[in-house]
Amino acid sequence: MAEHLAHDAAHDDHDHKPHGWRRWVYSTNHKDIGTMYLIFACTMFFIGGGAAMLIRLELFKPGLQFFDPQFFNSLTTMHALIMIFGAIMPGWTGLANWMIPMQVGAPDMALPRLNNFSFWILPFAFTLLISSFFVPGGAPAGGWTMYPPLTLQTGASFPMLIFSIHLMGASSILGAINVVVTIMNMRAPGMTLLRMPLFVWTWLITAYLLIAVMPVLAGAVTMMLTDHYFGTTFFTAAGGGDPVMFQHIFWFFGHPEVYILVLPAFGIVSEIIPTFSRKPLFGYEAMVYAVASIAFLSFIVWAHHMFTVGMPLAAQLFFMLSTMLIAVPTGVKVFNWTATMWKGSLSFEPPMLFALAFLFLFTIGGFSGLMLAIVPADYQYQDTYFVVAHFHYVLVPGTIFGMMAGVYYWLPKWTGHMYDLKLATWHFWLSAIFVNVLFFPQHFLGLAGMPRRIPDYAVQFADWNMVSSLGGFGFGLSQLLFPYIIWKCVRGGVRIGNKAWEGAHGLEWELPSPPPFHSWTSPPSEAVIARGAAH
Amino acid sequence: MNEQRRATLNMTWKLVAIAAGSFGFGFALVPLYNVLCAVTGYGDQAKLLQKVTAIEHPDPSRTVTVQFLADVASAGGWEFRPEARSIQVHPGQLYTAEFYAHNLTGRDTVAQAVPNIAPSEVAAYFHKTECFCFAPQHFALNEGRDMPVRFIIDPALPRHIDIITLAYTFYDESSRVTRR
Repeated sequence: MAEHLAHDAAHDDHDHKPHGWRRWVYSTNHKDIGTMYLIFACTMFFIGGGAAMLIRLELFKPGLQFFDPQFFNSLTTMHALIMIFGAIMPGWTGLANWMIPMQVGAPDMALPRLNNFSFWILPFAFTLLISSFFVPGGAPAGGWTMYPPLTLQTGASFPMLIFSIHLMGASSILGAINVVVTIMNMRAPGMTLLRMPLFVWTWLITAYLLIAVMPVLAGAVTMMLTDHYFGTTFFTAAGGGDPVMFQHIFWFFGHPEVYILVLPAFGIVSEIIPTFSRKPLFGYEAMVYAVASIAFLSFIVWAHHMFTVGMPLAAQLFFMLSTMLIAVPTGVKVFNWTATMWKGSLSFEPPMLFALAFLFLFTIGGFSGLMLAIVPADYQYQDTYFVVAHFHYVLVPGTIFGMMAGVYYWLPKWTGHMYDLKLATWHFWLSAIFVNVLFFPQHFLGLAGMPRRIPDYAVQFADWNMVSSLGGFGFGLSQLLFPYIIWKCVRGGVRIGNKAWEGAHGLEWELPSPPPFHSWTSPPSEAVIARGAAH
Repeated sequence: MNEQRRATLNMTWKLVAIAAGSFGFGFALVPLYNVLCAVTGYGDQAKLLQKVTAIEHPDPSRTVTVQFLADVASAGGWEFRPEARSIQVHPGQLYTAEFYAHNLTGRDTVAQAVPNIAPSEVAAYFHKTECFCFAPQHFALNEGRDMPVRFIIDPALPRHIDIITLAYTFYDESSRVTRR
């Protein structure tokens, strides 16, 4: 993609790279691997989005229109697995690959061959997972949370599910190790920890979370595998096991996982809002400590996903209060972003628009999360569309908007061209309007009692489901603009200098656009680093 | 550069060790979970499968409802139900409840009932002097019979509890959900 762009890198003496397929398959270059991660994530975003479109199609009106219930359940399960492990996590790793070495003044990732390996595991993992649609019994349909005993009854796709989880887990653990080692060992002299951009900080903490909890998921699914094939009874009551224990182990992974999905978005928003407010970030250190506190708290709140399975009153109180405690560091972040804009010279280019929508809509998702944390209320909300609305608010206008904001922020840097700002603004407004039409009514449906994971529903839910489906189709269609805008920008556009945005600070903006194939082959000087660290 | 290389490898192996450690931690959660159940007494399986000797000290001033549930594992061909859906009991008095099981598996087989109780904190106050769940039960082809559970509720049962649900799930040797 970037062959014809790289001639810009006139200052770089050793800008030789392999050509053709070898450049990509054998790649050890952080920019190329980052590009591959991002293309992979975008592909998965549209496959997972396709599943979502089919789900909304079936739910457009009551009754069974298009799919049998088993296939519908496969769609919801696969939509979640593909979006979480295929779109969001590789998307963040792609951005980490592209940006972290440039932002800390390193020539590349610390472990370039491992980097290649952790990317190339992914196509195999997802070929395995997605091909399970075509085996007898169909794709996994027991929900992405894979609770036994239901998921133990999955047909031929059961081992495909387990092994694809193992593969994606291995990929993200290796990717995370690479990120940590790069940040800890490869920073340019003078790039102290508290000078690092917040995207680097949030990714460092995310990487530690990944290393700590992805292996726990691998352990849990391995136990499922041996329960299924080798006669162990970890989760089978017949042999003295306990299915509820799976839920505890799963959510011990699962709750830190939700912060793995969103923390890098916090980092990106923390870079974009200062840029377009033309002010330094308010409370940089508080932001770092807030992220660290959120990461710590994420380990001790897992049982709020399973209040209704039965647990002692003291445990319910503990998990309720510790969950609510997360609102404190999250509130620190939201107020700091708001304070950053206070009296700033704001302008509303597409990255800023996405970041602002993130700020508003993620906060809505945070509030519904607080409602769900209240034990007696949770008994009512559990497994309803209110939960669906909550986690889609934090994941779509939260995580996905944060990721898109990052892409629109750094795309001119990657390609050397400014993209079509007008089209990107259209993309923003269509997304921001339709995402609310899509998910806001789901709050009402959930409060009225509509359960999740059902292909058919009682008629009183018909109206809001139709609204939600229309919003879904609108949102899905408007996303087609995104790859088109990127493609157009890669092909050409107005040339930009080192800085795509006048208010931007950071080492990546000290490099030419597009940056040379090998950047920071000699570390940036102290003065350059000091200029970048504007906070 | 060599020094940096060494630092990189050093850190990489440390992180790999952390990852391996958390893989192990996932498995360590299994015994930890059982220890936690045993220590707190909440829903403790071992307690529910324990035979005790008890002396009756009935407290007629207090009445508790005990509900019975009977389930079979999804793969089992059984009829399994309590003879009475619920009974009213006084703490400190010994009662007997009967569960009826009928072997429809088409085989001579052995089955085991696995108990559960709600709310889970009751596990510490629910004593069984006799139960069909203490040992695997042999059933001849097409045999049906009543099986007793004799229990006594500890008068120390917390005052706020007035309904207890005792549930059994019946597994025969073919009902490993596995291997199908």
